[in-house]
Amino acid sequence: MLRYLLEKEFKQFFRNRFLPRLVIALPLIALAVFPLVADMDVKNLSLSVIDSDHSRTSQQMQEKIASSGYFKESGNFADYKSALQSIEKGDADLLLEIPQQFEQSLNRENSGSLMIAANAVNGMQGGLGSAYLSAIIADYNRELIANTQGSAFLPVTAVEVRPLFRFNPNLSYRVFMIPALIAMMLVMICGFLPALNIVSEKENGTIEQVNVTPVSKFTFILSKLIPYWVIGFVVATLCIFTAFVFYGMFPTGSVLPLYIFIAVFVLGFSGFGLVVSNYAKNIQQAIFVMFFFVITLIFISGLYTPFKNMPAWMQMLGNASPLKYFIQVLRMTYLKSATFAEMQHLFYPLCALAVFFNSWAVLSYWKKSA
Amino acid sequence: MQALSDVSFEVEKGEIFGLIGPDGAGKTTLFRILTTLILADSGTATLNGWDMVRDYRKIRDNVGYMPGRFSLYQNMTVEENLNFFATLFHTTIAENYDLVKDIYSRIEPFKKRMAGKLSGGMKQKLALSCALIHRPLVLFLDEPTTGIDPMSRKELWAMLRGLKSQGITIVVSTPYMDEAMLCDRIALIQKGKIMSIDTPQGIIGRFPQKVFAVKADNMSRLLSSLREYAGVRSCHTFGEFHHITIDNEQLTIDSLRDALVEAGHKNLEIKEIVPTIEDCFMELTSETRA
Repeated sequence: MLRYLLEKEFKQFFRNRFLPRLVIALPLIALAVFPLVADMDVKNLSLSVIDSDHSRTSQQMQEKIASSGYFKESGNFADYKSALQSIEKGDADLLLEIPQQFEQSLNRENSGSLMIAANAVNGMQGGLGSAYLSAIIADYNRELIANTQGSAFLPVTAVEVRPLFRFNPNLSYRVFMIPALIAMMLVMICGFLPALNIVSEKENGTIEQVNVTPVSKFTFILSKLIPYWVIGFVVATLCIFTAFVFYGMFPTGSVLPLYIFIAVFVLGFSGFGLVVSNYAKNIQQAIFVMFFFVITLIFISGLYTPFKNMPAWMQMLGNASPLKYFIQVLRMTYLKSATFAEMQHLFYPLCALAVFFNSWAVLSYWKKSA
Repeated sequence: MQALSDVSFEVEKGEIFGLIGPDGAGKTTLFRILTTLILADSGTATLNGWDMVRDYRKIRDNVGYMPGRFSLYQNMTVEENLNFFATLFHTTIAENYDLVKDIYSRIEPFKKRMAGKLSGGMKQKLALSCALIHRPLVLFLDEPTTGIDPMSRKELWAMLRGLKSQGITIVVSTPYMDEAMLCDRIALIQKGKIMSIDTPQGIIGRFPQKVFAVKADNMSRLLSSLREYAGVRSCHTFGEFHHITIDNEQLTIDSLRDALVEAGHKNLEIKEIVPTIEDCFMELTSETRA
């Protein structure tokens, strides 16, 4: 019985001209293109310079800044006012003012001061940009001390902080993004497709014809679940493959535990999709309800923002999201070579959620509903 | 909103039972209750002694249901659909082929065609085959002739009589009064209430008044003249004639003709007719209104 139901689901899936293509194309495009687009590294900042000193030092400093690769000069200005206008017009993100007699005071008094102003409309870009700029100038300062044995315009701190970034030494945003994208693809495909499945049988009326047969609701739900489970494996494999081919990202840990987690996660999330499908009266409702939940889950599961930044009550809510555990698993296997034992504490809640959503799906599939 | 109230009837084994009523009378709701698709708020129903709620599994094994709307899988072929439903009922096409042969053989040449690409009449034959493939005791057909051409309608009723001869009990609903005559017994249903249950002849036989059919050149003026005339109980348009019911024994065809001629009607044609089911239906509806 189940075999025939499954056969029917697969036949319907493959006869749909659009769905199989979508399942292949979406993960490929997402993993190949999105990491390039969704890049939060701050680069190509426009810098306006007000060089009132016109000295060798000020020239060298500007060359140093230009060679860093983070900034491109958007122009030299005579005074602060006109430079500020360039920020207002959106031509520049930052401005650097080198005052008159900067070099002189550096040589005579062993100190000098500069001003950095940043456009903080995009707070992160403003903050990071001014931090980069200060770091480059501090670097230049150190060189100056080394060369001249004396004159420096910034106080040299006695304690030097040298951060060591574990698991992502270059702080590449891509390394952070790719696991999140894999999780998102599984959510999109294995959450939305089941959500639309039962509800489209409702819209076509075919569900009535099946409901008058002796098929049990357990068998029926299982026949809806298994195909998406299989599709989930295909999508995950495609994602991992694409990430490797395009960005050389491959799980540093073993792949087997990752697939065990994928199996449980997809089962759970498809179950959730079926629950939505059971309650929705038509496809529109199903889509909007899914959208609401998927967007909420993405934000509260720590996909793009740190989980621990959320208020405590939101974190409680986040604990009920299968996505929260799954994204941790992906990051741990991709970056930290985690073994199954190390991720065990994520396995049980994920299993519990899968059982919960699927039981709900079976129970809420009420054959006698109006 | 209450769709049905105080509905009570029995269907004999092996008969064609018709539920006749306009759109929105509650026919589909009744069918959905009887096929265990929805639960009634109150009341009981049994099929072959099985309770609709308690023994719903037994009922699902033994009931065939063809909804008013085509609800088979459009992107599966004719054969796949039939096979699928046979399997869900733990049977095979071969096992019950003799039952569906008359119907299925007509679409069998197209068995590799997608169900969605069939014509309306063929879709219906397929739906009927799928509803029959497990040899149900009772077949429920919800408005099988709505939206079907006259030829296919005739064909369908011929198929139903064939099924009846194989011992299958058929409950069919239709908004078309003329199809009532093709049933063994009918229930006239209106606004969720059954107004009358009998054989079609029985219902017509119990019609209390005489019925005249009247025709003239100006039909709309004729309608208002007839409605104003004393002794005419009701007047409805039926195709090219107006049907009037008479509640005054004194009123005859001749006296009516004289009165209408005097009122200026030309080319009058008046005859007494045997009431149709539709006349009975109209009469019953006006009674419930009054």
